[in-house]
Amino acid sequence: MAAQSLDMQDVAMNGTRSNPNSAFRRLLAVIRELLGNPSSGFGLVVITILVLTAIVAPLIAPYDPNVIDLGNTLKPPSAEHWFGTDELGRDIMSRIIYGTRISLTIITIVSVIVGPIGLLVGTTAGYFGGWYDTIMMRITDIFLSFPSLILSLAFVAALGAGLENAIIAIGLTTWPPIARLARAETLTFRGADYIWASRMQGASSLRIIIKSIMPMCLPSVLVRITLSMATVILTAAGLGFLGLGAQPPLPEWGAMIATGRRYMLDNWWLVAFPGGAILLVSLAFNLLGDGLRDALDPKQR
Amino acid sequence: MTAIDVRNLSIDLGYGLAKKRILGDVCFSVEAGESFGLVGESGSGKSTILRCIARLLNVWEGDIQLEGRSVTDMPFVEYCRAVQMVFQDPYGSLHPRQSIRTALQEPLRIHRMDRQLERMERALIDVGLDPAFLSRFPHELSGGQRQRVAIARALILEPRILLLDEPTSALDVSVQAEVLNLLADLRAKRNLTYLFVSHDLAVIDHMCERLAVMQHGRVVEVMSRDVLATGQAKDPYARELIQASLEYDQAV
Repeated sequence: MAAQSLDMQDVAMNGTRSNPNSAFRRLLAVIRELLGNPSSGFGLVVITILVLTAIVAPLIAPYDPNVIDLGNTLKPPSAEHWFGTDELGRDIMSRIIYGTRISLTIITIVSVIVGPIGLLVGTTAGYFGGWYDTIMMRITDIFLSFPSLILSLAFVAALGAGLENAIIAIGLTTWPPIARLARAETLTFRGADYIWASRMQGASSLRIIIKSIMPMCLPSVLVRITLSMATVILTAAGLGFLGLGAQPPLPEWGAMIATGRRYMLDNWWLVAFPGGAILLVSLAFNLLGDGLRDALDPKQR
Repeated sequence: MTAIDVRNLSIDLGYGLAKKRILGDVCFSVEAGESFGLVGESGSGKSTILRCIARLLNVWEGDIQLEGRSVTDMPFVEYCRAVQMVFQDPYGSLHPRQSIRTALQEPLRIHRMDRQLERMERALIDVGLDPAFLSRFPHELSGGQRQRVAIARALILEPRILLLDEPTSALDVSVQAEVLNLLADLRAKRNLTYLFVSHDLAVIDHMCERLAVMQHGRVVEVMSRDVLATGQAKDPYARELIQASLEYDQAV
């Protein structure tokens, strides 16, 4: 009897709780939580501005980023050129605004490559174990044992300088920590009763990995990717600075610092503004990653 | 017909001097439609036997036959349709990020069964839950409701044998009785065969016709339910266990 009345109550409650778009509502809840915390809110706002800037770059940039004006070189910040002009008379603000497109391209392509690879390697290694795990993790170890900038330098040197090759090189150095993380997460779930239960129901290993294990790993992998975006931006800027990433006419922030370096002592704005942009964006990704970890981790609730 | 026939089931772990016997020559058989209990203290190997039968452990020796066929020879798809299991911990046996709909639909999809929505709703009604529960997630349910969902999930493939690994030990006493009654009803309706693991003799007495008492990985005695009331077990350990349980009940 008691059970029946309890169930009736639950049914009554359930009537008001039909949620057809729960995923969307969950996203809104996460965003609200991120905005509630000042540091992660700052990260989210900066990244939103970054994305919007990249989309409407031609509309808000006051000048063409590649137009050379030799009569107007190395001008300090002023009303016409808010961030000053560089050694070829190009407007630095416009170049930074167009630079967001390059940074976002790098970030998007790297996370699209790195997320699935890391997730796949990590979950399969953790789930199957044995010699497959050993081989996969030794390969991961080899990648992890080099500092990421050195390894990407080696890849770019082998593939040839250029933005595309820099993206590939960064991707190759970013997946191992994600694979490690996904493997560690998988090891904690693979003995869970719900995995045994779905195996007893005849689910294949592939089905268990995709439907049961990957959703469990996804939040922490997402956080990890967000956090590694800061490193990705810095590595991309570093490669650009060394002349191995984006090539000169492109307004890539690291390359801008590299050319500004020669004039740095007398013309601080050539280096300070692109440097500030890199600092701001990588800081924002770090803070957002931290906030996401708090918002997505069910263990902390 | 014999539903489950376990012959000389043994597990040894380690090699040489470090070799340790986990299960030793376990033999028992369960008739179709019967409910058979496995009792014993913690670590006596009850759940291990269940996991061997459930094919979750594969390093055993001996022979396990289900309906006259060895489990190792049975095609896995057929095996899944014949045997399902309900786990001890209702908080760990449902995927925390899958709705009840997904949990129930997965087995139907794997086995390409027809009328999926109808079967899912039917399964929930059969365990005393409203079909509206389909859209819920496990964290929105109580322990007893979760265990009902776990039972629904086990029964949705219409197995003939159900392995129950202490299905009520993680539940509150009042909810325990409801789940036990539900299991008894379902068995009567569907003519299921139960292999019921518990350390609670009162639960076994309520649920099972026969039981095996285990100690240190061995079956010390197979007895019928009546022996529990009289306490006339042949084996000294079984007698002690029954006596202790009676005294405990009186004390409570």
